[in-house]
Amino acid sequence: MNQPASAYFIEDRHDPNETHTLSVLVQNEPGVLARVIGLFSGRGYNIESLTVSETEAQKHLSRITIVTTGTPMVIEQIKHQLDRMIPVYRVVDMTLTRRSIERELAMVKVRGQGEHRVEALRLADAFRARVIDATTESFVFEITGNTEKINQFIDLMRPLGLVEVSRTGVAAIGRGPEGM
Amino acid sequence: MSDKSHDPNQMTGAAMIVRALIDHGVTDIFGYPGGAVLPIYDEIFQQSEVQHILVRHEQGAGHAAEGYARSTGKPGVALVTSGPGATNMVTPLTDALMDSIPLVCISGQVPTHLIGNDAFQECDTVGITRPCTKHNWLVRDVNDLAKVLHEAFYVATSGRPGPVLVDVPKDVQFATGTYHPPRKSDVHRSYAPRVKGDATQIRKAVALLAGAKRPVIYSGGGVINSGPEATRLLRELVEVTGFPITSTLMGLGAYPASGKNWLGMLGMHGTYEANMTMHDCDVMLCVGARFDDRITGRVDAFSPGSKKIHIDIDPSSINKNIRVDVPIIGDCGNILGDILQVFKAEAKKPDIKAWWQQIAQWRARNSLFYRKSNDVILPQHAIQSLFEATRGKDTYITTEVGQHQMWAAQFFGFEEPHRWMTSGGLGTMGYGLPAAVGVQVAHPDSLVIDIAGDASVQMTIQEMSTAVQYELPIKIFILNNQYMGMVRQWQQLLHGNRLSHSYSEALPDFVKLADAYGAVGLQVHKPGDLDGAIQEMISVKRPVLFDCRVAALENCFPMIPSGKAHNEMLLPEQANDEATAKAFAAGKALV
Ligand SMILES: Cc1ncc(C[n+]2csc(CCOP(=O)(O)OP(=O)(O)O)c2C)c(N)n1
Ligand SMILES: [Mg+2]
Repeated sequence: MNQPASAYFIEDRHDPNETHTLSVLVQNEPGVLARVIGLFSGRGYNIESLTVSETEAQKHLSRITIVTTGTPMVIEQIKHQLDRMIPVYRVVDMTLTRRSIERELAMVKVRGQGEHRVEALRLADAFRARVIDATTESFVFEITGNTEKINQFIDLMRPLGLVEVSRTGVAAIGRGPEGM
Repeated sequence: MSDKSHDPNQMTGAAMIVRALIDHGVTDIFGYPGGAVLPIYDEIFQQSEVQHILVRHEQGAGHAAEGYARSTGKPGVALVTSGPGATNMVTPLTDALMDSIPLVCISGQVPTHLIGNDAFQECDTVGITRPCTKHNWLVRDVNDLAKVLHEAFYVATSGRPGPVLVDVPKDVQFATGTYHPPRKSDVHRSYAPRVKGDATQIRKAVALLAGAKRPVIYSGGGVINSGPEATRLLRELVEVTGFPITSTLMGLGAYPASGKNWLGMLGMHGTYEANMTMHDCDVMLCVGARFDDRITGRVDAFSPGSKKIHIDIDPSSINKNIRVDVPIIGDCGNILGDILQVFKAEAKKPDIKAWWQQIAQWRARNSLFYRKSNDVILPQHAIQSLFEATRGKDTYITTEVGQHQMWAAQFFGFEEPHRWMTSGGLGTMGYGLPAAVGVQVAHPDSLVIDIAGDASVQMTIQEMSTAVQYELPIKIFILNNQYMGMVRQWQQLLHGNRLSHSYSEALPDFVKLADAYGAVGLQVHKPGDLDGAIQEMISVKRPVLFDCRVAALENCFPMIPSGKAHNEMLLPEQANDEATAKAFAAGKALV
């Protein structure tokens, strides 16, 4: 391959990308989320989804769930880079543990009449989505599930008059009695 | 109820800052005043335990603090005002982050109620410095200040050292609160760097070392950062195993350059024997280095046949660029001690005679060869003369960035750690002069020399004024080739010799410039005058600008060219036009 005269050795990396879900336990203090996000943008890592909220107010702990993609070597790097931040307690690769549950919540607005409207309701029922707002010409559905299920539901709503979607991003937790 | 006014721990934020410095054993700080730090300057004025060195630009304060830190092993401290004072610190903070230098920067900030208002000299200092510090803090409550300051010192100096910044709004400096001396609970519970290496990994490492036929030790700045014990143990390990050793730019001095197992520096401008040894080895022990791209060259051809052991305190350094077989996370000194103990108890010195014979052949290529001249001073010769003249003296060397830096690394032999201060990771032109100021403050009676380039030195030349003010007899030894030599070299090798903006047009008269600053100016053109002039420079007990006119178009060799491997070095005697053109042929990326 022809490479430009560069100050760096430019190489193609052919390792396939993987998607991993990381749970990060952090001290809830000003700037902590900016640090985590800055790490991803600064080092060119991907964020597919990010959710964050305080989980133990008393101890000032927050839990950040990040879905990211990269080669196995990059994923390793991401975990180490996160782990060495001062306010980070623990980083767990939920994908590697293979014992985690992942959920996200979406609110899906669909506008339509007649047959489309009936069909949307029928599908919502099949997906266990709830109607949380309705007008004569629209519904807002609330649906919970893994990312794939939600994607599928949204795809089905598209021809039926999909207006907009708001998603929380993924939250993950391990199965069994132990905490992270 | 206690009477607060008589509680000695009740004090203003500004007073706490000075008090914390004293409690952490800080005797010298580097800074520049401004509106947002006036209360701190007022406290500094009223005490004598902490000496403040007034620089001429905040970047100078940062690099001076770095030089101070690297030559002492203690943290360097800088004090700057808000806005432009803080933004001027970005380069030294980044430099210190890349080279793992413990630095504590205290910056003033506009009063808390004005934060976010685009107030005069406001900037988002913690936002701007977040990616260039190991950690930073904005302190909004004076009662948090003591804890944060103590944590700042701890974070800067523990684990993998690095720069930290504490941003203190002016109202917090004025406010009164409770100070406490350093205590364990000041530190985040989430921060616990690992020191001790895993015993199983250490056994695996020893097994590899004991069975090696073609071993090499590759050491880096981590050994120096770890402290004198790590250096001692590294030397002992070389002695006990009989292995050859090379080091990165950052690691020079941990093993003495006069030691018989020394191969010279490795990497892009390292010696042929060091790079060939790395390429052909069967077991590599990497201690406190990070497989940086200037070291590895082409990663897919890096030391293809070796088992690699990697000791590093930072887990994120492991498997970042190069996959290793035995990672050991922890402090180098600690782990080297464990390795030695197991090795001495269970292994014996492997027979590697054949390997040394091979290395002798590579050495015989004399990759640092250059042709001396009677008419012009060759830069390599200038460094060698400087080295000879300073042998046996208590010498510290700093550098700027460029060819002169590489020649200094190649031709100046370092016998001890903490004697060599250069901007390795960031490659900051303008580092060396202020760093020399910092080194000289820490070692007032030592010989401190900045090996400089004509272009780099102009980036922070204003610190000559600092040197004169504080009677710091630093020597600025400029290898004046009238070019940004390193840029010119690459343009010659890679861009058809189109020397776009790399000529040092309109250079100042450095002798007159020295005079204008109240320093001493010296200039030499002829090889015959060099030694005498160097003697004069050394004997003058004042700051000196030494304008050493050298051959303009000399290139720095040997060199690993364009996306090539360690065994494809371009050696000086081969570097005729044709070979060079071929080595850098189109279709290859540069290293
Ligand atoms: C702040 C900064 N800007 C630009 C560069 C890119 N650069 C690297 S070496 C160099 C030339 C240095 O020239 P000089 O100081 O004369 O040293 P020489 O190579 O001639 O020895 C330049 C511009 C840099 N390293 N740092
Ligand atoms: Mg030059």
